[in-house]
Amino acid sequence: MGQIQLNQVTKSFGNVQVIPPLDLTIEDGEFTVFVGPSGCGKSTLLRMIAGLEDLTSGQISIDGEDATDTPPAKRGLAMVFQSYALYPHMSVRKNIAFPMRMAKMDKAEQDRRIEAAASALNLTDYLDRRPGQLSGGQRQRVAIGRAIVREPSAFLFDEPLSNLDAALRVGMRLEISEMHERLKTTMIYVTHDQVEAMTMADKIVVLQAGVIEQVGSPLDLYNAPCNKFVAGFIGSPKMNFIEGAEAAAHGAHCIGCRPEHITVSTTEGLWQGTVGVAEHLGSDTYIHIHGVPGCDPMTVRASGEFTVKHGDRVYLTPDMNHLHKFDEAGLRVA
Amino acid sequence: MATQHSRSAARIMLAPAVILLLGWMLVPLIMTLFFSFKKYLPLRGGDLGWVGFENYVRFVTSSSFWPSVLTTLVIVGGVLVITVVLGVLLAILLNQPMWGQGVVRILVIAPFFVMPTVSALVWKNMFMDPVNGLFAHLWKFFGATPVEWLTQVPMSSIIVIVSWQWLPFATLILLTAIQSLDGEQLEASEMDGAPPLARFAFIVLPHLGRAITVVVLIQTIFLLSIFAEIFVTTQGAFGTKTLTYLIYQRVLESQNVGLGSAGGVYAIILANIVAIFLMRMVGKNLDA
Repeated sequence: MGQIQLNQVTKSFGNVQVIPPLDLTIEDGEFTVFVGPSGCGKSTLLRMIAGLEDLTSGQISIDGEDATDTPPAKRGLAMVFQSYALYPHMSVRKNIAFPMRMAKMDKAEQDRRIEAAASALNLTDYLDRRPGQLSGGQRQRVAIGRAIVREPSAFLFDEPLSNLDAALRVGMRLEISEMHERLKTTMIYVTHDQVEAMTMADKIVVLQAGVIEQVGSPLDLYNAPCNKFVAGFIGSPKMNFIEGAEAAAHGAHCIGCRPEHITVSTTEGLWQGTVGVAEHLGSDTYIHIHGVPGCDPMTVRASGEFTVKHGDRVYLTPDMNHLHKFDEAGLRVA
Repeated sequence: MATQHSRSAARIMLAPAVILLLGWMLVPLIMTLFFSFKKYLPLRGGDLGWVGFENYVRFVTSSSFWPSVLTTLVIVGGVLVITVVLGVLLAILLNQPMWGQGVVRILVIAPFFVMPTVSALVWKNMFMDPVNGLFAHLWKFFGATPVEWLTQVPMSSIIVIVSWQWLPFATLILLTAIQSLDGEQLEASEMDGAPPLARFAFIVLPHLGRAITVVVLIQTIFLLSIFAEIFVTTQGAFGTKTLTYLIYQRVLESQNVGLGSAGGVYAIILANIVAIFLMRMVGKNLDA
């Protein structure tokens, strides 16, 4: 079990309110990702759930029981830190055993759980090494191992992949997702990387300045962002926003169109502009186009074979079914 | 330092410092060795020729030799235990955020700036004096007979005085070490269910291991040659005669330079034995 409920939770540091009253329910077994730009309060929120940060007001309940003033160790949650926070003077085995040792668990049971965690995380050969002798990815796995053996009701991840290189990050992303499929335990994952959020989450919580902008499944957020912030934050490259006469023609203050929903052609189309930088990724080419009225530069996705030169004139046609309309306040217009 | 030219330039530039240090160390050492094989009594005939190992034999067979070695080790050991234990506790205390942190830290470090002679005199006359000392007044206030600190418990008194001087050093080193402890490690251990004492034992103390090693090594080097505190308090009486003090007495009070020099060589040997033991015990903390 691991249902977590936040009820009118707030947090202030001195006079600065970083989290205005906030309500959120995380269902049992759900993989929830808190995503937002840095400084948006997502880590603070996670630390409040963990019990490492006091609430200024409001209530947190875990499995229906009030846990607002419960000390971190008693909440039954395990956390994986950004810096991994491994104990440098202990071997991997002792690191993983530490929470069980503190719980005065039976020695045989400890060994059984260590073996199980080590084989699941490919750490069996490294059990007697110190964290300092491991690579970044291995350290990450030790930190996860230390969390798993406690069999917590929920896992909390605080930007766990941000210290890894790009290739490892993709691998660890898969491992964590697979772990979630296997364990079916509630997981709360904090990241500033919308790709991690989109690929891993059952439910994404988009935060800005401590306020929840939108909660929903990755595709809900992609297909129907409720405001300009979410529209711009989810999806890569960013959505193009077009203002002015072109937007007014569609009856909105601003219209948004994702780069993948614009067709680019050298002969005909609705808008025209000149090619700036083209980023060739092999499968796709992202082209930055200047001179489109109301949006400069506009990013569009073309197929990898589409070749244009800097300064070429191109024509663009948006896919009308995937056009997002926003009003003056930046909110979605149906 | 890649090229031949820059390497030789570096050697030339280093040379003055190296030569100065070598001279500073080698000249006294060679003179000590030289005199230790001579019968040299400045006020009673001067240089009376070579005597082989006679000075060494006399120094060791003297009834005050072994007690002085023991006294030295007890003082060093006592001061180390007090300064490391209190130093760790003070470092943890000073690391807590509090009002006036900067001022408190300077105050705690202040004793280190007081000269050993001065601090020993202050302790002797202002605190431990059996008639006018602060402790005497305190004892009398509670109706007890004042303790004659430097005659009744001379060793403990000297250990207290020296510990007071060296505690700031230990605290300073340990405080900087404790400040480098990763806060997330403490938070992780808190989430892992470690109560405060276990966090101290499993996280803070191992983290301080290297700093404690440094404190122990440096303090041992300085404490083995402790002199001023004994000179101004007990003058080596009441069983507080350390090896250094014994050598001083042989050279200046008995005016026997040869015998004192032989003692000096023993002091070097003792220091090396202690250093080897220390390196064995705690030196492994310095690796990695």
